[in-house]
Amino acid sequence: MPTSRRWAVHLLVVVGALVMLYPLFWLISSSVKPNDEIFTDPGLVPQTVVTDNYATGWTALGVPFSGFFANSFLIAVAAVAGNVMSCSMAAYAFARLSFRFRRLWFAIMLISIMLPIHVLIVPQYTLFKYLGWVDTFLPLIVPKFLAVDGFFIFLMVQFIRSLPRELDDAARIDGCGPVLVYWRIIVPLSRPALITTAIFTFIWTWDDFFSQLVYLSDVSTYTVPLALRAFLDSSGGSTWGPMLAMAVLSLIPILGFFLIFQRRITEGISTTGLKG
Amino acid sequence: MGLDNYARMLTEDPHFLSAVRVTLIYVVLSVPLSGAFALLVAVLLNRPMRGIGIYRAAYYLPSLLGGSVAVAILWRQIFGADGLINDVLLYLGIVGPSWISTPEYAIYTLIVLHVWQFGSPMLIFLAGLKQIPAELYDAAAVDGAGRVRTFFRVTLPLLSPILFFNLVLQTVNAFKAFTPAFIISGGTGGPADSTLFYTLFIYQEGFGNFRMGYASALAWMLLLVTAAFTALAFRSARYWVHYAD
Repeated sequence: MPTSRRWAVHLLVVVGALVMLYPLFWLISSSVKPNDEIFTDPGLVPQTVVTDNYATGWTALGVPFSGFFANSFLIAVAAVAGNVMSCSMAAYAFARLSFRFRRLWFAIMLISIMLPIHVLIVPQYTLFKYLGWVDTFLPLIVPKFLAVDGFFIFLMVQFIRSLPRELDDAARIDGCGPVLVYWRIIVPLSRPALITTAIFTFIWTWDDFFSQLVYLSDVSTYTVPLALRAFLDSSGGSTWGPMLAMAVLSLIPILGFFLIFQRRITEGISTTGLKG
Repeated sequence: MGLDNYARMLTEDPHFLSAVRVTLIYVVLSVPLSGAFALLVAVLLNRPMRGIGIYRAAYYLPSLLGGSVAVAILWRQIFGADGLINDVLLYLGIVGPSWISTPEYAIYTLIVLHVWQFGSPMLIFLAGLKQIPAELYDAAAVDGAGRVRTFFRVTLPLLSPILFFNLVLQTVNAFKAFTPAFIISGGTGGPADSTLFYTLFIYQEGFGNFRMGYASALAWMLLLVTAAFTALAFRSARYWVHYAD
């Protein structure tokens, strides 16, 4: 390719990237602008830098945001623990053990990946209400320990199938039963798949809005997305600065994950089509 | 009750028709648009270039953050009456409307938000492009094929399984969108039902009006429609998806 053309493509890529990122840069810059400047200045450099937005936003709902962050973290960490444990067990069973109707269950599991949560929510809600779990974190956590995220099961089945069966056989000859084979052979060797599952479970749970909206209605149980929504409703759009400041804070954990695990995240998407 | 819920949905409820219309417009416009952007940028990025990792990350980042409440709030500001878009338009001497509260435009702000998140299909395309053997491009060059011809005769056919995969994935995802419509319309699906996504409609009926039976019936329809779309995609695949082996 001629040099001039290569430069043109490069320039196009750079300009495109800046356009893509502009809203995010603007979000960060607006979070340190005074309220009236947010609405008049489309530029990125604030004329005056104020940090009040963060202080005001943090306590704007009466309860400080620290509680909402704690709730979000608790749910996300529990979901990660649940998914890593239960999905890997289910995947081990599908990949290595033989049991009745295995093919049928596998097909049902695959179909469940396509099933939108909005289809399931009404019967699920009715069930959890009957158990007295509404307004607690249990509906958001307990299912994760029962291997309900088919996508991760499928991801790990694919991974476990690529591991040599001879290792299982060797362990069995040494006297390991199915449980010990899972624990001593499959879990240590599946680490990459387990880490991918953990990262995406965290990000998705952190970003989840729909099921939290359905199950949590008491302010003390609010997560960060619910708190942001309550903030938006209560302010009627008049206190954008503090609200955008809290929006920035809510994105930080995901950005942190992205910076640390960038390679694994992009590879996870390229190879499995996980929606980031 | 019997089939009353279904009868009501199809004959009496104007919101049902709005929800179906809005959702179909959203799916039919945002899926091909984000796919086209994803493919275009993937082709541009599929070459040796200094700083490629940073560019890839930059294009991908919106898709990692885009589904959050935070970004939906940002969007509400950007497309509001005094928002970023109108600030920029003002420099050009144009007084823009409040995009999110005008029924004709509101849905398009959501489509723009979806298209902005083309990063994850882009990464999938990029992985696919890297799989295409260089010999095929050499052969095409020897045969005297130009860039456009090479793209349509070599790249696109070999990429068709990935195209298909992205199409199905993106369609299912588009049907599932909820958060942006909820936040931007304040949970109403307004103005004038113009952002009443089907998922939002189910939520309103089930958890706003506590008509659980009706919400269940609506959910069944969503399931049937998503299944039909997926089946259609798989059906059509045999005519345009090309597998190498």
